[in-house]
Amino acid sequence: MSTPDPAPAHRPPTPRTSSTLPQEAEAFYVAPNWKLVWWRFKRHRLALVSAVLLGFIALVALVPDFFSTQDPHASSKTESFIPVQRLHLFDQGRFRPFVYGVVGQRNPRTLRMEWVIDPEVKIPVRFFARGYEYKILGLIPFDRHLIGVEFPGDEGKIHLLGTDRLGRDQWSRLMHGTQVSLSIGLVAVFLSIFLGILMGGISGYYGGVVDLVIQRLIEILQSLPPIPIWMALTAAMPRDWSVEQVYFAITVILSLIGWTTLGREVRGRFLSLREEDFVVAARLSGCSEMRIIFRHMLPAFMSHIIAASTLAIPVMIINETFLSFLGLGLRPPAISWGVLLQEAQNLQSIALAPWLLLPGLAVIVTVLALNILGDGLRDAADPYR
Amino acid sequence: MDPGVFMARYIAQRLLLLPLLLFIFSIFAFVIIQAPPGDFLTAYIAELSASGSSMDQAQIEALRRLYGLDQPLHIQYLRWVGRILRGDLGFSLDWQRPNAELISERLLLTVLLGLFTFTFTWALAIPIGILSATRQYSFLDYFFTVFNYIGVATPTFMTALVLMWLAFKYLGISVTGLFSAEYVDAPWSWGRVVDLLKHIWLPAVILGMDGTARLARVMRANLLDELHKPYVEMARAKGLSEWRLVLKYPVRLALNPLVSTIGWYLPLLFSGSVIVATVLNLPTIGPMLLRALTNQDMFLAGAIVLIYCALAILGTLISDILLAWLDPRIRMEGS
Repeated sequence: MSTPDPAPAHRPPTPRTSSTLPQEAEAFYVAPNWKLVWWRFKRHRLALVSAVLLGFIALVALVPDFFSTQDPHASSKTESFIPVQRLHLFDQGRFRPFVYGVVGQRNPRTLRMEWVIDPEVKIPVRFFARGYEYKILGLIPFDRHLIGVEFPGDEGKIHLLGTDRLGRDQWSRLMHGTQVSLSIGLVAVFLSIFLGILMGGISGYYGGVVDLVIQRLIEILQSLPPIPIWMALTAAMPRDWSVEQVYFAITVILSLIGWTTLGREVRGRFLSLREEDFVVAARLSGCSEMRIIFRHMLPAFMSHIIAASTLAIPVMIINETFLSFLGLGLRPPAISWGVLLQEAQNLQSIALAPWLLLPGLAVIVTVLALNILGDGLRDAADPYR
Repeated sequence: MDPGVFMARYIAQRLLLLPLLLFIFSIFAFVIIQAPPGDFLTAYIAELSASGSSMDQAQIEALRRLYGLDQPLHIQYLRWVGRILRGDLGFSLDWQRPNAELISERLLLTVLLGLFTFTFTWALAIPIGILSATRQYSFLDYFFTVFNYIGVATPTFMTALVLMWLAFKYLGISVTGLFSAEYVDAPWSWGRVVDLLKHIWLPAVILGMDGTARLARVMRANLLDELHKPYVEMARAKGLSEWRLVLKYPVRLALNPLVSTIGWYLPLLFSGSVIVATVLNLPTIGPMLLRALTNQDMFLAGAIVLIYCALAILGTLISDILLAWLDPRIRMEGS
């Protein structure tokens, strides 16, 4: 093993003297664990960028209405399958954001309404514009939106990601889907962490028969084929359950198998930490079991748990997405990424309206960012290595 | 003792575990059958009366007795297992055909698709892993790292949808199914096999993408661990050519952890194909499971879940045996 790199990346040149440690090296030796993790994490540029990006996504998940342009549930039969109206920021070299309007023509053969971008009509776009009323976090009434049109009305509707079969605005639906999909991932991971720490902790701390039973249970659960089991369990949910009930049931179902990985991780850490000198020292100085676990052992592997959980969130998000995509997970009127992608389930719909695939990009970007962040955290989790 | 004896004993030990695992999994499958509210007969009767036809009470009672629905749960379970052991997987009310027949028609293609994907994944992942490890931080390494992240982050059905759309838009073809129209219901023939090979590669590529990315990553990490060990240095000092050296020693050692991934990867290919198969409309058991679950054809669903479990056990078994064959340390542990 190499000697620890004693300082963060940028270090001012300080003269070394033989009698005193350089300031930074001293800072390194007295720094608490979280600070070391932070220094190491900071060096992983891509992970930092991911963290910032995820911050934005989390903001969208917190106040999706602010980022929406229209009510995500409002459907309009006359406005189905409007294509993407791209946001142009500059108009003839000057900053004047606008989108082109659309005109509909009825196809004489199929009698279907077909929309084309009309370069003659420019709809000016404003930031922090007034729009439909909503409540921030369900509490504070508000009517400003990040993007909006100057004169709300039928003329000025904009669809940044087009509309779906029922004429609902995809952009706004994507914003609301972010809230649901992201929070399902988070809640499911929290449940998994809880179960994982509980079972893994019991297993690693007590050992013996308890350990054996829990380890066999984990092995059996892990050798189950997860996808068919999830499909079967979600399909068993009663059809008349409310959106909230289904939401909660899905998080429980996802974490039923998800906790096993974390459980193993926690157990392994417990086993290796139990023999460490500082734990023995704590025991010899008469600490209670609870104090040893929570004051001494838990902080020592907390960073690992955080890294492992960060890597578990994207798995949960993808699983929720495909369950809803297959029509077994969340069901309309709930909006999640999977529900949105369900609209693009067959070749006919995507041939007709390829923009229905765009919510998939949100899944990819989010999962990508979470994976990179998780990798960065995992590398940083062990600052002494 | 003769290594063959160790091996035989090891396999026997593993095989003895099988009935126990199957027993536990059969309980899972049975719970799934029982999970929807009301029994499947009530659903069936409701469906019949909705479509206009009806059953008289005597018929209903006969069916109830046939499936043992008037018995307590554990008796129902034992009867169900008993029928399965005799090869009777029940009757699908949705398809109006025996479940065993329905599943066996599609099982071969499911396993074939899984094995095909598996071969393809390994054939790609190992060279990629070796290349990225021996040329760490090179352009190739970074390229494959990016590929890995994107491969893992893209849900398989997204890849399927996008490729389907691109093929339709630019080539004007529809890439669904595993056979051309003239071979869909044809009996097996040389022409049908060729036709299958012409179609199977696309679903295999889609299914194998994230697996390839993951395995290449594992291979790279394993190999990197080995490459800096003293024995490699030693071999190099002795003047062994670099390629022979790498392939002969570190790669062999790095393959061991990779073989242990077969245990979860192969089952995942069998059961994970559900979504891709649904999107691409493949004649495997995945879409059948989805349909059975949506229509509450629970005995068919239970049977398919049980088949998936059996495939999962099979995958683990294959990986255990391969690992013991490759790595003598594991063989010895058991004795």
